[in-house]
Amino acid sequence: MKPVSFDYFAPTTVNEAVALLEEHGEDAKILAGGQSLVPMMNFRLVRPTCLVDINQIKDLAYIHEKDDRLHIGAITRHRDLETSTLVQQCNGLLLEGVQLIGHTAIRTRGTVGGSIIHADPTAELPAILAALDGEVRLIGPNGQRTISWRDLFVTFFTTVIEPVEICDEVIIPRLPSDAGWAFEEFTRRHGDFAVAGVAAVIVTDNNDRCTDARLAITGTAPTPIRATQAELFLVGKSLTQTTLDEAGRLVSTEVEPESDVHATADYRKHLAGALTTRALQRAVARCHSRKDQQEK
Amino acid sequence: MSKRMPISVTVNGETREEYVQPRKLLVDFLREDLHLTGTHVGCEHGICGSCTVLMNDEAVRSCLMFAVQANGAELRTVEGLSKHGKLHPLQEAFQEQYGLQCGFCTPGFLMTACDLLEHGQDYTEDEIRVALSGNLCRCTGYQSIVESVQVAAEKMRKG
Repeated sequence: MKPVSFDYFAPTTVNEAVALLEEHGEDAKILAGGQSLVPMMNFRLVRPTCLVDINQIKDLAYIHEKDDRLHIGAITRHRDLETSTLVQQCNGLLLEGVQLIGHTAIRTRGTVGGSIIHADPTAELPAILAALDGEVRLIGPNGQRTISWRDLFVTFFTTVIEPVEICDEVIIPRLPSDAGWAFEEFTRRHGDFAVAGVAAVIVTDNNDRCTDARLAITGTAPTPIRATQAELFLVGKSLTQTTLDEAGRLVSTEVEPESDVHATADYRKHLAGALTTRALQRAVARCHSRKDQQEK
Repeated sequence: MSKRMPISVTVNGETREEYVQPRKLLVDFLREDLHLTGTHVGCEHGICGSCTVLMNDEAVRSCLMFAVQANGAELRTVEGLSKHGKLHPLQEAFQEQYGLQCGFCTPGFLMTACDLLEHGQDYTEDEIRVALSGNLCRCTGYQSIVESVQVAAEKMRKG
């Protein structure tokens, strides 16, 4: 038996969970899917004295669409996103990104809220939240607040969530119907944590000029970031190969990664650029094929 | 030491009621409390896939769950694959195609493949490789495991 001893609570409502967090303070940890927390507990890198297991809050497992936004309950499993017809219909980027998370057995348990609040800078869902300007809803003793991704992520594995708060919903805007998208990442083995990744979304007008570009980059900063210089460069341009190459070059100069045991800073810069060009190529191809379909 | 909690789980069709400490991992519960040692413990942090079991018909890593979390669930382990002395098509295929050498990783591969093939039997080799990518084998080089799953899919298609 590896983890240290802890008190275990399995509340069935969000209010109950918040009350438990208030009662036990910073010693308490929320257990969602457990696919990151439990390994850290097995290594005893994390030693909570109290676990609040939110898997029994069945109301937190849902996916629905309202006002062109997907509302996803925090305890919704990655596997449920992957198999959801609603996600397939209205958010291909989310579908593509979620399929890159770990392996099937990880996705069976891993949750949307857990993945975002864990705030791994190489993770897929935080990048998708960044690319699509998503939000999360946090509930605490003093009520609820909705936080944009820009204000959510603080640094490595850290968000603005208070120890007494729980994330109950993730809100992701629908992709425009004429958008093209792609999620590209580099991992050493399939399903591993990515060294770097890029979530790209582009929209073009009838003259094939780019009207909107979004590039969210993982693995090059303590949080997911948007490559704003490259995005600005793309808007108004005709998306030729030269333009996409230049966007990749801009991203590789724009990001400021640090070297670590997995990759040097230079290599991460190179990857961010190469993956950007690759993601944009696929996004443009999707844009064209969707336009062709609409014309038919 | 936190108090033991009562749990009730159905394992391979049989209901088992036990008291467990909250910190007991599901894999340790299966092996130590239920004496079902077919499920293997490898890395204990969700990398190797050896401890994969089915919970409510979906593959999970039993080293990344606490036994208390399985309360009320239906679990299936490698011990439950064969029925009435007859091997499961996956087990037959692994035997015929030399899908194992030392056998340590095999229960995890079988349960991962079981989830895959119960949700469809029509996969390309690439799809099978992706589906198995969360399980590590240090003996076979994977080729014979992929072939075993392909053969099992064929057997299951034919019924």
